[in-house]
Amino acid sequence: MKAVSAEEAVALIPNGATVMVGGFMGVGTPERLLDELVRQRKSELTIISNDAAVPGQGVGKLFDAALVAALTASHIGLNPNVQKEMRPNKVAVHLVPQGTLVERIRAGGCGLGGVLTPTGVGTMVEEGKRRIELDGKSFLLETALRSDFALIHAFLADYLGNLTYALTARNFNPVMAMAADTVIVTAEHIVPVGVIAPDHVVTPAPLVDYLIANG
Amino acid sequence: MVNLGIGIPTLVANYVPPSLKVFFQSENGLIGTGPIPEQGMAHPLLTAAVGRPISAPPRACTIDSAMSVGVMRGGHVNVTVLGGLQVDAEAHLANWMIPGKMVPGMGGAMDLVSGAKRVIVAMQHAAKGKSKIVQKCALPLTSSRPVDLVVTEMAVIGFSGGKMTLQETAPGVTVAEVMAVTEADLFIPASVPEMKL
Repeated sequence: MKAVSAEEAVALIPNGATVMVGGFMGVGTPERLLDELVRQRKSELTIISNDAAVPGQGVGKLFDAALVAALTASHIGLNPNVQKEMRPNKVAVHLVPQGTLVERIRAGGCGLGGVLTPTGVGTMVEEGKRRIELDGKSFLLETALRSDFALIHAFLADYLGNLTYALTARNFNPVMAMAADTVIVTAEHIVPVGVIAPDHVVTPAPLVDYLIANG
Repeated sequence: MVNLGIGIPTLVANYVPPSLKVFFQSENGLIGTGPIPEQGMAHPLLTAAVGRPISAPPRACTIDSAMSVGVMRGGHVNVTVLGGLQVDAEAHLANWMIPGKMVPGMGGAMDLVSGAKRVIVAMQHAAKGKSKIVQKCALPLTSSRPVDLVVTEMAVIGFSGGKMTLQETAPGVTVAEVMAVTEADLFIPASVPEMKL
């Protein structure tokens, strides 16, 4: 793990990269990294995120600045900008059930090829997918998702990069921290090693590539 | 454990007596939600799914999204109450999009309907004069799994014996009035009791 500035970390992300962003309706999102993506005008991004948040907040900022080419998410209903851009196909939006999205990411992070889920059987979600019958039940084969970068927001990070999360800001963060080639983390507080007890570490330090230094 | 959808279903929490000791789940990762916090007590990292402040009283726990949807899809949620756009005679629910008009996305609704032990739809009986209780859903389905009960401001409708059945009417509402705004073939038993409020 390397401690860097937000500017240095975001400079590593090329235009056109696939980027997972933690957070749920902008809660638990690494806002400083999103602000820096906008400032450095990283464009044509493929974003994987639970939702599109709202304009001016979380990943919503990336849509405000028209930096997104494609979005995979479970919900975009509270961001009217994304709904508007989805129709003229300015942004390719792939809507995925929330449980399918998180399990596809989990599979990507754990070395699985995909998962079998009953969610979506017999609905629009099934289109183009393989249905597999097992023990009399129907499942869809949903493939694993990985990304070039994961942008994660933690509550506490220690000097080595062990992470813990707070309240409902946990959401997709620990799952995404497993599923990207490069993991970049912001934290509310950076604390000495040992402050987070072994039982309370949620994301182990070896998974973190870059921690954004405070200040 | 109970999961309430947004809109009308949220109101259900106001009518649950504390003696029932229900754990309400918020799909963004909280089990055992509390009321909206008092003035000045909100925390930016403690919110309901739509992002507004919520509280976490003792006994609450926070979980990540894999576990949060896992408890829904895995059959650990005893009851869910969801909003609806249409419910049809086969008990199928459509509640996540209107093609060409409104495409908010399904969020966790498809997982919830696929996995919750009991699915109750709470919605208005009709919208803009059009029945939402239809013979066959024209809107995209939320799940192929049938729902268990539909509650509207006019009626309670069940599906026992594979037939869409009028179980109760709201106070002051007649069976004929319910039928007049119900597009689906609705089975009317010999006696239909009035809802007890």
